[in-house]
Amino acid sequence: MSLETAGDVKAEWPPYEVFVRSKRGLNHVHVGSIHAADDEMALRHARDVYTRRNEGVSIWVVPSASITASSPDEKDSFFEPSGDKIYRHPTFYDVAEDVPHM
Amino acid sequence: MTVQTEQTKQTEQQHFERTIGHEQRIEPRDWMPDGYRRTLVRQIAQHAHSEIIGMQPEGTWLASAPSLRRKAILVAKVQDEAGHGIYLYSAAETLGVDRQDLTEQLIDRRQKYSSIFNYPTLSYADVGTIGWLVDGAAICNQVPLCRSSYGPYARAMIRVCKEESFHQRQGFELLMTMMTGTDEQRAMVQESVDRWWWPSLMMFGPPDDASPNSAQSMAWGIKRHSNDELRQRFVDMSVPQAEVLGVTLPDPELAWNEERGHYDFGEPDWDELSRVIRGEGACNDERVARRTQAHEDGEWVRAAAAAYAQKQAHPVVEERTA
Repeated sequence: MSLETAGDVKAEWPPYEVFVRSKRGLNHVHVGSIHAADDEMALRHARDVYTRRNEGVSIWVVPSASITASSPDEKDSFFEPSGDKIYRHPTFYDVAEDVPHM
Repeated sequence: MTVQTEQTKQTEQQHFERTIGHEQRIEPRDWMPDGYRRTLVRQIAQHAHSEIIGMQPEGTWLASAPSLRRKAILVAKVQDEAGHGIYLYSAAETLGVDRQDLTEQLIDRRQKYSSIFNYPTLSYADVGTIGWLVDGAAICNQVPLCRSSYGPYARAMIRVCKEESFHQRQGFELLMTMMTGTDEQRAMVQESVDRWWWPSLMMFGPPDDASPNSAQSMAWGIKRHSNDELRQRFVDMSVPQAEVLGVTLPDPELAWNEERGHYDFGEPDWDELSRVIRGEGACNDERVARRTQAHEDGEWVRAAAAAYAQKQAHPVVEERTA
C-alpha cells in the first residue's frame, strides 16, 4: 500500500471534529471534520478549511475517537425520562390572564 | 430469534421511510438501507473528487493571471475548491468510509468525477467562462442538494453554495471586463463560450430516460430535481446573462418558447458525454496523473508529520530506545 510508511509509523492522520464559535456570545457549533497528524495541526487545518471568510472567532478541535455519543437505536428509552414530565414546562401551569409580568 | 431480527429491521425501515416522508434529515448513526448508503457514498465521493480535480483546469492559469488582483482571486477560488472537496470527504466519512480509500479509488479510476474537468483550458478567458457557466451549472445542481435527505451532505452543500456564488460572479465580471476591451479580447471570450457551452449542459448528466438511478435517488430525497429539469433551469438562467455579456450561445435551436415559458434548445452530443465518462476525454489521463503525482509527492510530508506527532506524544519511550 502506498499509504504505509517507513518503520512502524503510519502516515494516516486521524480525524478531528471541528467546532466553531461564529461570534462572541454564541456557542461553539459543530461544523464538520478534518484530518491532522496532531492537535496543533488540526487547529490550523480547521482554520484553513472552515473559516476562510471570517466564519469564526474561536475554534475547538476534538479527536473524533474521543466523542461519546448517544445511540440512535435507544432514542426512545434514553430520552424517555424527560418525555412524561410535562410539569417541567411553563405551559403546564394555569395562571389567570390578568396576572402581570408572568 | 430470526423473527425478532426481521421485526426490528422492519421497524427500522419504517422509521427511515417516515423520516424521509416527513422531510426530516437522516443522520449518520441512523439505520439506513444499504442502497441508500451506497448511493450516497458514490454521489458524495464523486462530488468530492470533482472539487479536487476541478482545481487543475483553472490552476493552470495561476502563474499567468494578468494582474495581481486576478491572481489573488484565482488563488482564493482554487483554494475554495480544495475546501469544498474536504467538506464533502468529511460528509462521506460519516457514512463509514475512509478519505484515503476514496482517494485511492479516484487514482485507480474506480470512482469518477465530473466530466467537465476533462476539457482543457486553452485561453485565459476560460477562467471566466468556467466561473460563469461551469460554476453556474454547479450552482443549479447544488442549491437543491442543500435540502438533501442526508444531513451531513445537505450541510456541506450549504457551505459550498455560499462560496460558489463568489465563483460565478468573479467569472462573469472577468468576462464582462474582457468584453469591454479590444476586438481580440471579445473574440477570446466568444471562442471560450463556444467551447464550454455544450459541456456545461452535459454536467447535468444524461437525459432522464437514460438516467437509471435518478428515480430511486429522488424517492430517497438524495436528489430533488431530474437532470432535464435542472438543465432547462440552467438554460433559462444563462440566455439573458449571455445577452448582457454580448456573446452568442452556439446553439441554432435556442429560442424562447412562449407556450412552455422556457427556452427550447438543441440536443447535446450524448455520445461525447459517454466517451468522456469512459475516460476518452481530452484530459482524463492528465488529470488523474496529476492527482496521483500530487498524492505521491505529498507522501513524505504526511509520513513526517505523523512521525513527528508520534514522537511528541511519546518522548520518554523515544529516549529509552535511543
